[in-house]
Amino acid sequence: MPKAFTPKVVTANHLLKGDVIYQTKSGWSRTLSDAEVLEDEAHADLRLIEASQQTGEVVGAYLTDIIIENGALNPKHFREDFRATGPSNYFHGKQEAGSNV
Amino acid sequence: MYSYNEFDTAFLAERNQQFRMQVERRISGELTEDEFKPLRLMNGLYLQLHAYMLRVAIPYGTLDSAKMRKLAEIADRWDRGYGHFTTRQNIQYNWPELRDVPDMLEALSEVGMHAIQTSGNTIRNVTADHFAGAAADEVADPRPIAELLRQWSTDHPEFQFMPRKFKIAITGAESDRAVIRAHDIGIQLIEKNGAIGYRVIVGGGLGRTPMIGKVINDFVHEADLLPYLESIVSVWNQIGRRDNKYKARIKITVHEHGIEDIRERVEARFALVKPRFEGIDQALLAEIKDQFVDPDFKAADTAVFDTAYATDPIFRSWADTNLAAHKSPGYAIVQISLKAHGATPGDATSDQMRLMADLAERHGHNELRISHEQNVILPHVHKSDLPAIHRALKEQGLATANIGLISDIIACPGMDYCALATARSIPVAQQIATRFDDLKLEHDIGDLKIKISGCINACGHHHVGHIGILGLDRAGVENYQITLGGDHTEMAALGQRTGPGFSAEEIIPAIERLVQTYLEIREGREETFLQTYRRVGMEPFKAALYPAAAVAAE
Ligand code: HEM
Ligand code: SF4
Repeated sequence: MPKAFTPKVVTANHLLKGDVIYQTKSGWSRTLSDAEVLEDEAHADLRLIEASQQTGEVVGAYLTDIIIENGALNPKHFREDFRATGPSNYFHGKQEAGSNV
Repeated sequence: MYSYNEFDTAFLAERNQQFRMQVERRISGELTEDEFKPLRLMNGLYLQLHAYMLRVAIPYGTLDSAKMRKLAEIADRWDRGYGHFTTRQNIQYNWPELRDVPDMLEALSEVGMHAIQTSGNTIRNVTADHFAGAAADEVADPRPIAELLRQWSTDHPEFQFMPRKFKIAITGAESDRAVIRAHDIGIQLIEKNGAIGYRVIVGGGLGRTPMIGKVINDFVHEADLLPYLESIVSVWNQIGRRDNKYKARIKITVHEHGIEDIRERVEARFALVKPRFEGIDQALLAEIKDQFVDPDFKAADTAVFDTAYATDPIFRSWADTNLAAHKSPGYAIVQISLKAHGATPGDATSDQMRLMADLAERHGHNELRISHEQNVILPHVHKSDLPAIHRALKEQGLATANIGLISDIIACPGMDYCALATARSIPVAQQIATRFDDLKLEHDIGDLKIKISGCINACGHHHVGHIGILGLDRAGVENYQITLGGDHTEMAALGQRTGPGFSAEEIIPAIERLVQTYLEIREGREETFLQTYRRVGMEPFKAALYPAAAVAAE
């Protein structure tokens, strides 16, 4: 049986700043909670292709699993946790940023 | 110290201009990421988890005050006010923006620094004993040879697209502080019957298949060294495997062919290569040597030092732990710890960098070194200046007396920064350091090297740590494997795995059990952790790590 499709978002790094961004319905955001949640495989593939074509803005787009809990988006893998929040050794990464691209 | 000649300067300016255009073309969309990536990597620019990362070479770990100040200025202007010193004697900036990188490179070039060949399948920054030119136990300063190698390998046409990266380390002392047996080529300067020559070791490496290097030639004459090394690299370039990047390093070539076969091939190649050298390299070496003369060591009494040592216990503890023997009477080598308990190993703020630059200028003949253990060295300090240095370091949080102790940990960036990581390494180091500081045990524990990597690439040298810690991803959870008995010195050994790994919560208590066991079974304070391990083997430590398993086996 094929594995059931689990919710995903498209994420990448910003070409100029290099920081972590998420694809929204209309563009990109630095905040995971703004991301467009992709629940359908074909649509997810399409959105990834669209993201990958924006080579003038983003680098290395890929799909990553998320878990939705009480409406909040959380990364499934701990690597994505760090990408979403910044380095854990001390408070100096994404924790400080916030605005839209 | 070596300063750039016109050729170097022009070459750098041209490279930087090229890269500036490449960045512009990337931003304008003329270059795709696939086209741009190899170009940025050639200039030391990586894309990491949260940002770009610029890796700047510090050839053989040697800096002067002007260079250190420039590193601080770059951290302030284009990064977040700090830099990370690495086990390859480089510095990494974790937060540059793409548009700023050409300016950063230009700023570096003002002091003759660059980021070339800090990446890619080239000969990387040649590393050296961080006490080079100062150590009491040294045959001769290895840095002129390191500089010769830098010039020979930088942009060498034959060696730009090799099977894989290539790392060379060199030392001038029997006591190996440069980890030469874990490099593709390790070189030890030796003296035989009054002549200087080189013991050449080949095929060491860490990473996914760790190997201790083997001696390929016990004594290469000075005039033969460069052609001999070129022969090694060239043999490998020819027969090294390009089909599989994990088998491409020379350690695999040596392992698969055997050292005897490689030695024969190198000899044969050497016979062809040697005549081409015509002594140009020797003329160059002579010129380079002139730039590495000793500073004017002063003769002064050490009364200030003696008084402080006798009366100030904090100074005494620092002096006992952080100083090393210097070749010149009245002098000491100062090791500045970048491992304050709980801090990120190897990080220095711009203020700290400026202070270290000032101290080097005022008291240290203008010289600084970066050690592979991620600390900063003032190689030439007269003892009478030590109390003043210690006072100044204290004010900037740089006077931690822990060199060689359990909190002097090598940790790679791990998953806090690195895109390849499978787990974090820095927080493990932070927690071990704070835990043993709380216990007030570290001076009692004595010499103990813990080295942590966040994936099998082993940038944190975990294989050669007395205690090695490797962070892995086990089914989406961080898991830490422990190895024991590794050694990076002239007695080089790879650590042995203890058994199953530990979760992030369990790893600190596990390390504590290991250390407790050592304290219980050592034969007095003189017996170090490594010596105890060598005497008793794995079993007592295993029993402490896996109590349930030990019971089950009984
Ligand atoms: C953060 C970005 C980094 C990346 C992408 C990276 C990548 C790698 C890779 C792929 C290897 C394995 C090479 C092989 O086995 O063929 C490796 C090895 C190594 N790297 Fe890194 N590394 C990074 C950071 C560092 C840092 C910060 C240091 C110094 C602290 C370092 C020092 C080393 C060393 C010493 C080795 C093992 C020695 C050997 O090459 O056999 N690397 N690195
Ligand atoms: S060992 Fe792995 S995690 Fe650590 S810096 Fe190297 S590649 Fe990154």
